[in-house]
Amino acid sequence: MNNVFQKIVDTIVDAKGIDAASITPESSFKDLNVDSLDIAEMVMTLEDEFGITIELEEGVTTVQDLVNLIERIKG
Amino acid sequence: MKILGTGSALPEKVVTNDDLTAFLDTNDEWISTRTGIRERRVLSHETLQSLAERAGQAALENAGVAPEEIDFVLVSTVQAETLSPALACDVQPALGLKCMGMDLNGGCTGFIAALSVAEGLLASGRAHKLLVISAEALSRFADWTDRSTCVLFGDAAGAVVVGEGEGLEDIRFKSEPRRDVLCASTPPGNSPFAIDPKPAQYLKMQGQEVYKFAVSHSFRDIREMLEAHGLAAEDVDFYVLHQANMRILEAVRTRLKVDETRFPHNIERTGNTSSATVPVLLDELNRSGKLKPGCRVILNAFGAGLCTGTALLTW
Repeated sequence: MNNVFQKIVDTIVDAKGIDAASITPESSFKDLNVDSLDIAEMVMTLEDEFGITIELEEGVTTVQDLVNLIERIKG
Repeated sequence: MKILGTGSALPEKVVTNDDLTAFLDTNDEWISTRTGIRERRVLSHETLQSLAERAGQAALENAGVAPEEIDFVLVSTVQAETLSPALACDVQPALGLKCMGMDLNGGCTGFIAALSVAEGLLASGRAHKLLVISAEALSRFADWTDRSTCVLFGDAAGAVVVGEGEGLEDIRFKSEPRRDVLCASTPPGNSPFAIDPKPAQYLKMQGQEVYKFAVSHSFRDIREMLEAHGLAAEDVDFYVLHQANMRILEAVRTRLKVDETRFPHNIERTGNTSSATVPVLLDELNRSGKLKPGCRVILNAFGAGLCTGTALLTW
């Protein structure tokens, strides 16, 4: 499994206490009850983890959207 | 520099989250879980000047300082009552003052910036007692059609009287210039020479970017202040943070690992009132008797610029 995806799953599990098995790339943050500030908080953790600066964009609504954004920034 | 007295004033008009549903597609649950805000005060029949005057009067009375002792007025405001004269001049007749006054715009960090200017005027001997007022009417430039931002803001004024003495131990500022994430503009005027004048734009904010900035910088700045003075987080009695969002306050508090009693808040009643939040909350703490002599207080604010300010006080 992709390292970025796994890290995102870990941070969602830590923050929201959701079962990791229920999170798929297609999961929408809305369905996971992860709101915009939860995403911002999670992104801060991911920025530290990957040593990058992530500027959140409109349209990041699923876990895969966030994976794609981070993969693009990591280059 | 020492804070000799505090005062504050809120508009009479209370706007609850439910009130906002009359013209916005939102609800109390959405707003309160994301912000902690239940209601805010908004100018209706009153003026910003009247709020500033009420806060200033309350601070003078609380300090036991006569108007003629004040030799400088500083007003922190993002947008004063008028472009000119300064609100710091306009408040003077009602308060019985007659001295130099000027307005400063340091965004939400403005109150701490004004304290720093006051400290400089005291140190130079050009002033001996100052009235510092933060007066903010965000309702006048918030975008009331944007449910993601207008629900956050309110109007308020907070004030302190400062003079010579021991109290303020340190003030520090940081900045990371970025205009895109938090900005508003004034009307373009009617100059016939202006090429491509930009229309007025109400306040725009990218909440997630501001959240990241606020949490990471507040925590870092407070930690640096504590380290610089050899203090542990629990050595500070009260962290008076800019009341922007309850989630920001909680994120900073949990990073500092201190209990809730050290993080007072009133955002549930006031919303974000820009630079007025810190002096209004300070006044509430002072009037409730929680600030005992020797109490250690950290003030911290963050906002447009983007800028942050942190002050360490002993009450």
